[in-house]
Amino acid sequence: MTDWTRATAAQMVAALKAGDVTSVELTQAHLDRIAAVDTDVHAFLHIDAEGALATARAVDAARAAGEELPELAGVPIAVKDILVTEGMPTTAGSTILEGWVPQYDATVTRKLREARMPILGKTNMDEFAMGSSTEHSGFGATHNPWDLDRIPGGSGGGSAASLAAFEAPLAIGSDTGGSIRQPASVTATVGVKPTYGGVSRYGAIALASSLDQLGPCARTVEDAALLHEVMGGHDPMDATSLNEPVPSCVAAAREGREADLTGVRIGVIKELSGDGYQPGVEQRFEESLDKLKALGAEIVEVSCPSFEYALAAYYLILPSEASSNLAKFDSVRFGKRVEKGNVERTMSATRAEGFGDEVKRRIILGTYALSAGYYDAYYGSAQKVRTLIQRDFAAAFEQADVLVSPTTPTTPFKLGERIDDPLAMYLNDVATIPANLAGIPGMSLPSGLAPEDGLPTGFQILAPAHEDARMYRIGAALEKALADEWGGPLAAQAPELEVAK
Amino acid sequence: MSSLERSDVARLAALARIDMTDEDLDRLSGQLAAIVDSVAKVAEVAGQDVPATSHPIPMSNVHRADEVRPSLSQEAALSSAPQAEDGRFRVPQILGEEA
Repeated sequence: MTDWTRATAAQMVAALKAGDVTSVELTQAHLDRIAAVDTDVHAFLHIDAEGALATARAVDAARAAGEELPELAGVPIAVKDILVTEGMPTTAGSTILEGWVPQYDATVTRKLREARMPILGKTNMDEFAMGSSTEHSGFGATHNPWDLDRIPGGSGGGSAASLAAFEAPLAIGSDTGGSIRQPASVTATVGVKPTYGGVSRYGAIALASSLDQLGPCARTVEDAALLHEVMGGHDPMDATSLNEPVPSCVAAAREGREADLTGVRIGVIKELSGDGYQPGVEQRFEESLDKLKALGAEIVEVSCPSFEYALAAYYLILPSEASSNLAKFDSVRFGKRVEKGNVERTMSATRAEGFGDEVKRRIILGTYALSAGYYDAYYGSAQKVRTLIQRDFAAAFEQADVLVSPTTPTTPFKLGERIDDPLAMYLNDVATIPANLAGIPGMSLPSGLAPEDGLPTGFQILAPAHEDARMYRIGAALEKALADEWGGPLAAQAPELEVAK
Repeated sequence: MSSLERSDVARLAALARIDMTDEDLDRLSGQLAAIVDSVAKVAEVAGQDVPATSHPIPMSNVHRADEVRPSLSQEAALSSAPQAEDGRFRVPQILGEEA
């Protein structure tokens, strides 16, 4: 019997169309897998077996009746708990929202429902997407399926782990400074941050509005492309939504598998290497460059000198925007309330109890950066650095069609290792943050396992704004070259998880 | 720029409406001072001539027609509130007491 949890979404689509499997079978297989392994992995905060199976049954009935269905109809999906889902609890990883059941759907949630994809449940994340390890979740950390003692990345560690543990074939992520790409890197999965504005943010609980972007998580480049096209598109409910056609990601991914990369210029960002980068991560990165070269690409070195200041600018801009966005958690309209005298004291007591340390740190940092007397030196300077980073990218894209780097400097570290050292934690995202500051799209795909520890390493591809399709083409070409060498996808090499009885 | 002091953190937490115990202040102040020292370097790099960027992709304001469209019912909007009464959010006393 076929184990459908190991299949790609593209294979599921083909099998559903051919009548080789039903959506109920696919959905049940994933629910069974979740029941078997999620006690150890803890990728999910909420599981909606009933709702997922109801959607699956309806899709199967419609297919049997000969109805025309959307491409991904019947393929199950996991949704990061940052998206509001009508009738399904939504917490964004925070106990301040524990028990909240939204009255409406995010635009992306609505698109998943219209695509008739069974929603398996909501995935774990660092509280309000602040973190790189899911250890800042108010509901306990997610564990990396490659080594349960290690971090699955963050903030979207639940979505990435659900894919690596074969609990879901597709998942939704959100990326403010790397929260899709860094978890993809450390779990040997694929994650894409689209161009800013490419996917509606309506109903995505806001962290930093000028940086946040929703995107697809998958185990293959083609699967990510399939989901990207479902999620993307203009939405009048998001004032920053791009009013332009969704990029042709699927066609680019399929074309990429057969691609000759002659004439493609690939720029290696000099500043994203060296000090702080693990030797095995750099080794796998170099080997991937060799693959691209063998396909005909030209490798050039580019310099982005302002990237040295990207992390500092990010940790001023993000907290500033977050301190404002999180003011809505005031114990009045939704979420927790800790009664303590008048409304102001109740508010302060509620936020003290409902927010974790990382959220408190960033709110205080943002309040400081925006306060009179410090605004120009901190927030104002950070916005200028943002201009310099955009100029660096513009110059680099004159010399290269895409830019590349390792996604993260290291393989996944042990849970608990950096929890008391925020600055060490922040370094996880040093290679992913510049793309958010500039609004450009980025992808991470597996580049191998580091020789020294046998843990996943990631390869990052960045493209100019609006050119998302370009990274799908090159990502698919690299993915195929690496899979040919490995004898299959890297995900298949993940250690078997113990299955609960 | 001077580093962040414990008393600054206490004042900022009050402004941000987050109660802090002495232990909270002990734990967070040192970490916050280290973060502030680390991010202060943004002031070194960009001169007067560099414009600020607030938004990554050039966009202009968008408007919609000022017309009624479907929205949550009053009951739905109040359904998640910690307390509601007579179709309104109910909150603790606002005036008449020292904060």
